[in-house]
Amino acid sequence: MAVISAPASAAVAPRRRGPVMEFIYKQPLGAVSLVVILIMMFAGIFSELVAPYDPLTIDFASILAAPSWDHWMGTDAYGRDIFSRIIHGSRTALVIGFAASFIGSTLGAMLGVASAFFGGKIDDWIQRFVDVLLAFPIIVLALVVVAALRKTVVAGVDVNLVFAISIPILPRVARVVRAAALSVRVMPYVDAARAAGYSNSRIIFRHMAPNVVAPYLIMFTAFIAQAILLEASLSFLGLGVTEPTAAWGLMLSGNAADFYREAPWMILFPGIAISLAVFAFNLFGDSLRDYLDPRFRV
Amino acid sequence: MLRYTINRILLMIPTLIGVAVLVFFMLRIVPGDIVEVKLRGDGGNITQEVVEQERKRLGLDRPLLIQFKDYMIGLAKLDLGISMWTERPVIEEIAIRLELSLEVAILATIIAILLAVPLGTAAALMRDTWVDYAVRIITIGGLSIPSFWFGMLIMLTLLSLFNWLPPIVFTPIYVDPVANLTQLIWPAMAVGYRYCAVTARMIRSSLLEIMSEDYIRTARAKGVYEKLVVSRHALRNAMLPAITVIGLEFAFLIGGLVVTEQVFNLNGIGQLFVQSVSRNDFMLIQGMVMMIAVFYVFVNLIVDLLYAVFDPRIRYG
Amino acid sequence: MKAPILGLVGALAFTFGGVFSEAHAQQPKRGGILQFAISAEAPHYDPHASDTYATLHFSSPFYSTLLTYDLSKFPAIKGDLAKSWTVSPDKLTYTFVLNEGVKFHDGTTLTSEDIKATYDRLRNPPQGVVSNRRATFADIDTIETPNPTTVVFKLKAVNSSMLDHFASPWNTVYSAKDLAADPAGPRTKINGTGPFTFVEHVKGSHVAGKKNDNYFKKGLPYLDGYRGVFTLQAAAMLNAIQGGQVLGEFRGISPAERDRLVSAMGDKLRIEESSWTLNLLVSFNTEKPPFNDVKVRRALLLAIDRWGGSQGLSRISTLRAVGGVVRPGAPLATPEAELAKLPGFGKDIKAARAEARKLLKEAGQENLKFVLWNRNLAMPYTPAGIFLVDQWRQIGVEVEHKQSDTAPYIAAMQSGNFDVAIDFSNLFNDDPTLSLTKFLSHKKNPLNMSRANDDEVDKLYDQQLREGDVEKRKALIRALEKRVFEQGYQQPLLWWHRIVPTHKVVMGWKMSPSHNLGADLAEVWLNQ
Repeated sequence: MAVISAPASAAVAPRRRGPVMEFIYKQPLGAVSLVVILIMMFAGIFSELVAPYDPLTIDFASILAAPSWDHWMGTDAYGRDIFSRIIHGSRTALVIGFAASFIGSTLGAMLGVASAFFGGKIDDWIQRFVDVLLAFPIIVLALVVVAALRKTVVAGVDVNLVFAISIPILPRVARVVRAAALSVRVMPYVDAARAAGYSNSRIIFRHMAPNVVAPYLIMFTAFIAQAILLEASLSFLGLGVTEPTAAWGLMLSGNAADFYREAPWMILFPGIAISLAVFAFNLFGDSLRDYLDPRFRV
Repeated sequence: MLRYTINRILLMIPTLIGVAVLVFFMLRIVPGDIVEVKLRGDGGNITQEVVEQERKRLGLDRPLLIQFKDYMIGLAKLDLGISMWTERPVIEEIAIRLELSLEVAILATIIAILLAVPLGTAAALMRDTWVDYAVRIITIGGLSIPSFWFGMLIMLTLLSLFNWLPPIVFTPIYVDPVANLTQLIWPAMAVGYRYCAVTARMIRSSLLEIMSEDYIRTARAKGVYEKLVVSRHALRNAMLPAITVIGLEFAFLIGGLVVTEQVFNLNGIGQLFVQSVSRNDFMLIQGMVMMIAVFYVFVNLIVDLLYAVFDPRIRYG
Repeated sequence: MKAPILGLVGALAFTFGGVFSEAHAQQPKRGGILQFAISAEAPHYDPHASDTYATLHFSSPFYSTLLTYDLSKFPAIKGDLAKSWTVSPDKLTYTFVLNEGVKFHDGTTLTSEDIKATYDRLRNPPQGVVSNRRATFADIDTIETPNPTTVVFKLKAVNSSMLDHFASPWNTVYSAKDLAADPAGPRTKINGTGPFTFVEHVKGSHVAGKKNDNYFKKGLPYLDGYRGVFTLQAAAMLNAIQGGQVLGEFRGISPAERDRLVSAMGDKLRIEESSWTLNLLVSFNTEKPPFNDVKVRRALLLAIDRWGGSQGLSRISTLRAVGGVVRPGAPLATPEAELAKLPGFGKDIKAARAEARKLLKEAGQENLKFVLWNRNLAMPYTPAGIFLVDQWRQIGVEVEHKQSDTAPYIAAMQSGNFDVAIDFSNLFNDDPTLSLTKFLSHKKNPLNMSRANDDEVDKLYDQQLREGDVEKRKALIRALEKRVFEQGYQQPLLWWHRIVPTHKVVMGWKMSPSHNLGADLAEVWLNQ
């Protein structure tokens, strides 16, 4: 979203509409998904205010209550309010999704730019490393990292889980960013900068970085969706977030399916929440790509 | 072409060695091993002495580098070692389960292709109409719905509507095709949806790209019937990227099955993987990662060679 | 949702009386294959080296033991391979007379030498063999075999639990010839004297056995064979029972799972319930401040509403009965009225929490924060963790729930690198010595995760072990319980409740308070 309000893109061409309006006009689906994302972010940031109940408080008196005015989405096996847990769960999903995607994409982008800039041996080594990471399917790599590092909780967030999710993102971003950066490297003005004796870091930051911003942002957004999905899967397998933390994948794991007759809302709402969130980020990423980089219309 | 092929095969070796080294040391960053789970998992009253004995028996008391050396030598001889949990060869453990996982993967591929080709083509032909938007929403939905949740919904729907469930013991397809398919078609659907979505999106975009190229425009201008253009020229040329996606996704499907096999209680590679992770069976984890990596690297090789055949620039690039 | 059956009331609600009248009213029918679910897969076949029921549900049908429990009169003991036995007046000599004509599956005849070889392996395993019962049989001095059908055990000291050990399902009898050829053989090869012979083990899928025509108990088994199917996810197991792909699961399911099956299957299903010889404990690391302060430990124990928790948790988890160090319902258990006087078991939770806050204040720990270690097993560890976090929040204590894989969980407790943990105790019988071992000083039993060393507890433990008089033994056990709870090193949270679902066609299977017992399937038959 930063790019939308960035003065640079607004100043490129004299448009009648602002960049936000332009985006909404050109990408109506993207605009809708942006609204969903903003609602989620609001719910995640102000969970305590939005959620009607405390997500952790057990109430044995109202176990498995059906959806009603008191409990919009019913309650779970511990009598905890599902709506409140979904609200708080959006915080978990967003924190892990953003953090993991940010770390993975940023490290990946740095690796990609370094690879493109230095070329030669360094490029070869980095590419071999990226190849190695790419030979792992995403969830397999995340599981191996989880198996290796176990849990380390800092400020309520399992940093190793974030790390495990960000690792599979890294090589995928590195590949794309390297390709984008390579196309700049051969441009005459980079040669000129080099000939003029500018430092490496200056060339990287002044000339190469701006050209990889668009692919970086697109990948970053798309991988938030992947990260949320991955977190949900790991939590479902019992290898991610721990109870009683409110997290969507966790709400589907364990014995949730046992209650499919008595309390189908227990498996319905968390699943919808995951799908909707991932859907919104995927669609937004898609639209952002069409908007920022119309050459690649996927 | 031969030189390119040999080069390409040689390039696989460092990648595979890298995977082996990475996974070996990653799993051993944090201390703690399978012996505790094995002996104390159910609350056994075990002395430290027994734990040490077992560790010795499994060869875990040896220095890390010696273990690493043995592991690498084993790999060179295509020996993946012994599972620390069952104490049977890793290859044997994998072989028992491979048939099932491969079959689910193949079924999912068939489902994906059958749905993706018409969806992707329709979306490309009717670009920016409601059809295109609908396909876009369906396919992004496929990327968004967690396959384990989709699987749960399938199971519970079968259970509540028909009070029926697929069989739980695997029967090979050559023994009893009906029993086999009634068991495996459901997980194949659960993972096939995502697979179909990825493929349909690829077909759409590559069709769009090709249809904007000159020779198609020429064909159209010459008044060649639209359908003929699509089937004769565009679709055939769009197949290459589509095959790439199908190949790579197929290689990754083993990963996608990790969660789905849990939901359907399938005795496949994915289930084995999750089990060995929660049991700290490092040898088995390593073995499976190596197998998946080899599989992936080979699929990649085939895709690259295909490209080289079709696009000579790559060979000499 | 059904009304919950309350803790202790339901604790002894054995329904197997009903099964018996059913089973005995009809002549058992022969034939058929029993397909049942096993929720875990054993890593190997050797019960000597195992503590998991997964090994027993897999291996028991292939083997016999010296003695066994009579499940219709649990905890009474009866002979299995032994036809009869005598114990000398000084309780130091046990003499067993074996059944004649017992054949191993390979056709060789069982003799007293096989018993000796088996118990030698158990108490003193050769190089490369794991025995989890080494300490259990440490009191055995010599084993003699005066003739092929007599075996004599001489003990070093009186051990009031010895008969229970001889009846334990883990001590499966192997052939001396096999053990001489390969002491570790039973891990991977099966040659027993049990009612079924081994057919196949398909990894990750199932184990199958077929009827042993030469079984020494004439007329048994009734079944032609069985197939134990591994269903590692609870949901898959339930689906399989509901869909009729398996006819039962003999470990135990939760009340919610039971309700789901009952509502879907109606009277096709039989449910049997019993209290369970398993409990979860709250264990404090007494070496680490502030848990070295008895006030802090007691405050945290007082804050737990066990009676209320039992009602709620018993509807959704396998946790149910409130109990002390001995299984509630067992002959030597502490009655509810007495239990309620012990710290942490009071029925006035408001008063208890007020006192807990006061104690924390006195200890200067009003803003206590700590990490609660737990295993990442869905049932019943997760519910227990969720419950405890909530209970402690109510006295203003902030708890981080750390659920981890078994290995790091056990490693953390072993190394003393934890604050508070949910520990567990898995017993196969009601003999108090077995459950009291958990509370022995850390220096004597490293599995006392609280790391507390208390000579008084050790003294009481030894006294009760060597005490022949039941009433006196009971008093010693009570004294030990009181000492442990007042010091608050560790305390049972709740005992488990066992619920076994079977299709009604399954007959002759016997319910008991332990899922480790009655797994040999000899008397099971199918009514179809």
